[in-house]
Amino acid sequence: MSTPEPDLAVRIRGLCFSRGPNKIFDELDIDIPRGRVTSIMGPSGTGKSTLLGLITRQLVADRGSIVVNGNEIGELSRSELFRLRKRIGMLFQHGALLTDLSVYDNVAFPLREHTDLDERLIRHIVLSKLHAVGLRGAAPLMPSELSGGMARRVALARAIALDPDILIYDEPFVGLDPISMGVILRLVRRMNDALGLTSIVVSHDVQEIGTVADCSFLLSGGKVVAAGTPDELAENGSATVRQFMQGMADGPVPFHYPAPDYSAQLIGPGEE
Amino acid sequence: MTTLVRELAYSLRSAVEAFGAAQLFFLRVLAQTPRALLRPRLIIEQIHASGSQSLIIIMICGLFVGMVMALQGYDSLSRFGAEESLGGVAALALFRELGPVVTALLFSGRAGTSLASEIGLMRATEQLSAMEMMAVDPVQRVVVPRFLGGVISMPLLAAVFSAIGIFGAYLVGVGLAGVDQGAFWAQMQQSVDLFDDLLSGVIKSVVFGIAATFIAVFEGYNAMPTAEGVSRATTRTVVIGAIAVLILDFMLTAVMLEGV
Repeated sequence: MSTPEPDLAVRIRGLCFSRGPNKIFDELDIDIPRGRVTSIMGPSGTGKSTLLGLITRQLVADRGSIVVNGNEIGELSRSELFRLRKRIGMLFQHGALLTDLSVYDNVAFPLREHTDLDERLIRHIVLSKLHAVGLRGAAPLMPSELSGGMARRVALARAIALDPDILIYDEPFVGLDPISMGVILRLVRRMNDALGLTSIVVSHDVQEIGTVADCSFLLSGGKVVAAGTPDELAENGSATVRQFMQGMADGPVPFHYPAPDYSAQLIGPGEE
Repeated sequence: MTTLVRELAYSLRSAVEAFGAAQLFFLRVLAQTPRALLRPRLIIEQIHASGSQSLIIIMICGLFVGMVMALQGYDSLSRFGAEESLGGVAALALFRELGPVVTALLFSGRAGTSLASEIGLMRATEQLSAMEMMAVDPVQRVVVPRFLGGVISMPLLAAVFSAIGIFGAYLVGVGLAGVDQGAFWAQMQQSVDLFDDLLSGVIKSVVFGIAATFIAVFEGYNAMPTAEGVSRATTRTVVIGAIAVLILDFMLTAVMLEGV
């Protein structure tokens, strides 16, 4: 088991991962510093969520090293992995709340599963976590009664229920109205600073995430094409970075999906 | 021709792979069962969902199956002047065959589809992944309580089906066709053996319960996380469940009647 530098929460070296013939990551190296908000950005389909899956070992890398909190995750047994996951909170894209449990029971779920705390204490913790995300009043509601933004805030309260060291957000702003997005953004920063967490945010909302991230990685073609503070990325001269940061339709990431020659296809035998 | 052979080979390989995966999953479920038994509340909730909520359909079907059997039985037996045997015939048919088999088929359609679609949707909405990320094994927390709930419910439902079926046969046989009430019950008492008949029905219903519930949870857990995937898992639960129950019924009957 290798020992990482003490100020790194996640250290990735030479990561390779393929899905069938598609190479998603090719010798990827990333260092995620502890105690900071780090954003992972990149065009759709570039493997940002896959990277989160690999960091949490929901997916297994073909090759390379991923060290999380000092643990080489590829070498962990299932019980060691579960022990590590208790130190990691994850906010899924749409919250992934358990639909048969109320908001209160969803937040209490990890506490009831992993601790022997009595119900009175669990109630205190659950209410304090819900209060932190502004939804103490929604405790008795069912997930079906929540808006998308509220569901994500409840999921955030659940993710911090066990006081994790690392909090991972998978596309937390997708489909949110500007108010909900602002709320989540503020929570990302506040949780990170107040609880002393390491936050990893996967997003392609460049402007929004730029306001809270301490450092950002831009992925493209299976590699990191740029890294630095949001300001450094904005000033980066690379065509790929500029296309992504400025939202240009065409560039190194082409507008057209690879296709045969248009005229040849039009006069061809009509096969799809 | 080559394509046909290749496709057949691929289908055969996927079938063998699926069978192997099912066996591994079954071992995983069994391995997690002792820990799940420590939380009886979760199992009781599932007995309510799979068992209690299937009671109405089981009772209605049991009543009508018993009534139809009495009509058919009376018609056939009266040709030999043996109408009084109706009670015995009805009880034997229900305890040994119709009770366990029809209940298992209904259970697969009512509770099995509900289990498969519920677990499949949990997969599609990332609830199972969220549990994994909270260091909670979804097999232990979600699959095993549902599996045990189904396995416990099935024999109880089969017993209810048979009891209501006998009541249906009584209504038609004694009430409508005019079979002597004393003869109806006496024949039943005389012909039904506790071990040979009742126990064989109980064994069958337990085995069918294991098969039908396992197929449902396996299909749901391994459903593709899409609307089409969940729909396919639900359909496969009923189709494979029905086929498995009928094949198992033949095998068990052959084994049980071996000594006859």
